[in-house]
Amino acid sequence: MITFRIKRYNPEKQAESYFEDFQLDVQEDLTLLDCMNEIKWTLDGSLTYRMSCRSAICGSCAVKANGHAILACQRQAQHLVKDNDTIVLEPLGNMKPIKDLAVDFKPFWDKINKVKPYLQPEKKAPEKERTQSPEQFKFIDDSSTCIMCGACYSDCQVLEVDDNFLGPAALAKAQRFVQDSRDGKTLERVKELSKPGGIWDCTHCAECVERCPKPARPFDRIKEVMTVALEQGVTNNNGARHALSFAKSVKSSGRLNENVIPVESVGFFNFKGLFDLLPVGLRMFFRGKNPPILHKSIEEVEDIKRIYMKLNE
Amino acid sequence: MKFTLFTGCVAKGATRELMLSTMKSAEGLGIEFIEMKSAACCGAGVVSEKNPLLADALNARTIAIAEEQGLDLVTICSTCQGILKKTECHVDSDSAYKEKVNNILEEGGHQYAGGKIKIQHFANVLGTEEGLKLLRGEVKRPLTGLKAAAFYGCYVLRPSELSLYEDPDDPTGMEEIFEILGATPVYYDSRIKCCGFPIIMMNKDASHDMAGNALIDAIDRGADCVVTGCPLCHLSLDAYQPEIDKMNKKGCSIPILHLPQLVALALGYSPQELGMDKHIISTTRLDKILA
Repeated sequence: MITFRIKRYNPEKQAESYFEDFQLDVQEDLTLLDCMNEIKWTLDGSLTYRMSCRSAICGSCAVKANGHAILACQRQAQHLVKDNDTIVLEPLGNMKPIKDLAVDFKPFWDKINKVKPYLQPEKKAPEKERTQSPEQFKFIDDSSTCIMCGACYSDCQVLEVDDNFLGPAALAKAQRFVQDSRDGKTLERVKELSKPGGIWDCTHCAECVERCPKPARPFDRIKEVMTVALEQGVTNNNGARHALSFAKSVKSSGRLNENVIPVESVGFFNFKGLFDLLPVGLRMFFRGKNPPILHKSIEEVEDIKRIYMKLNE
Repeated sequence: MKFTLFTGCVAKGATRELMLSTMKSAEGLGIEFIEMKSAACCGAGVVSEKNPLLADALNARTIAIAEEQGLDLVTICSTCQGILKKTECHVDSDSAYKEKVNNILEEGGHQYAGGKIKIQHFANVLGTEEGLKLLRGEVKRPLTGLKAAAFYGCYVLRPSELSLYEDPDDPTGMEEIFEILGATPVYYDSRIKCCGFPIIMMNKDASHDMAGNALIDAIDRGADCVVTGCPLCHLSLDAYQPEIDKMNKKGCSIPILHLPQLVALALGYSPQELGMDKHIISTTRLDKILA
């Protein structure tokens, strides 16, 4: 017997959400979605959630199980059982619940639309289709698998504190067009994506990779867009300056120069940015915690420089 | 036990107390570390933003150096750990790519073989049967009464296929170490979350907010201190704590320790010997508990 502790919410009846327990005798091969259906069909018809294909294709049934977003149809209930034979079900995070496990996806879709998720070819349409080689398709293969389930958006740790962040799904979708051989707006796209709330606001936590039920792996895609942005010379922002300064430091000494990177990241003429660095810098200096002023290179640093040269860096 | 030690840059820079306490822990436990003085920075997932192949070549070179020495590699930074594992995974999973990387390394006299050595965080080493046995035998000052909240660092947990923890969504490795040291582990949701450090230069408010939420979570669960496995998390949670404290109405003031500091305290070393006087947030409030 498994206890499903489900977060219930119906603003028409009660302003606050609450947990309600349902118990089911669960066979080994039942998915979590099968169990949710069983609860709805036999125990409480008012339980509300989204579902459709039951085959991890439509992306409708994402919920939080034991604190993490998953596709309910993709996981067996028995595998999710934690302490006391219980599975805690909650609506996806970073979006407002509408009723029970159904949330309002509007901010998710708004952000997807913001990255212009459609081809903008430079050239006129050919008579037949626009072709792509398998090698060209490989660049966008993974991001094309996104089913817009919202699992990554739900658990994104930056979105928890900053609504302005475009989020992993929209940025992965952006990569699908930034690196599409048929698109003609690469530079415009990466310029837009390099603004606050874009690629450089990703905190590298890889939570989205962990929650993504497909090979889309948003964080990996975000990194690809970062590389394209740097290749395209879109470098007038702290994120790009940070990456360039970091790579330069490793090239010259084999290690980080922690005294220089923050300054180069905010920019030499960004007086406000430099002023903001002062309190922590002074605090560390007076504790004797500042990185050594004389920055030493690693042994065999010449080999590091050689590797950079070999790769034209 | 003998390992090559990949110190990472920050343990030699802004958190030299991490290096100091790592060496004291090793001394107390009889572990021998051979410092990798010719290994380059792991790139922290930032060099790969510029050029993924460059980052993999630098890290494959590091792993190759450990292979040449015939010793498993130990990291003391969650970020270094995750990044080195990522390169290992990239290179091992594609033989053509491996050849490409080795072509780059060839002139420098290094070749990456793969599968010859283990890459482990110090916490993973201590968490092995042998490590736990060593700890049990060497604890001289049990940290009785100290409520310690682990903060793992993203890169040792995610992506889970690169993690050495059995359940990266609910790891217990650091807490098991705390228990052996005599401390009481504090379990709280944020222990597996991000400290916000990677975006501190790009989105300071969001970064501090992330760190603040984690600290408040640990404090609300009754923690006396937070213990990090990553010096970048340490900087975010300790060096920037005054800013974080100011941002939060509730306030959040709590000492942040490096894992090797906690270990070495239990082995009998004094806070001064472990550089704890270098922390921005004073650790003296722990003295009463540890007295």
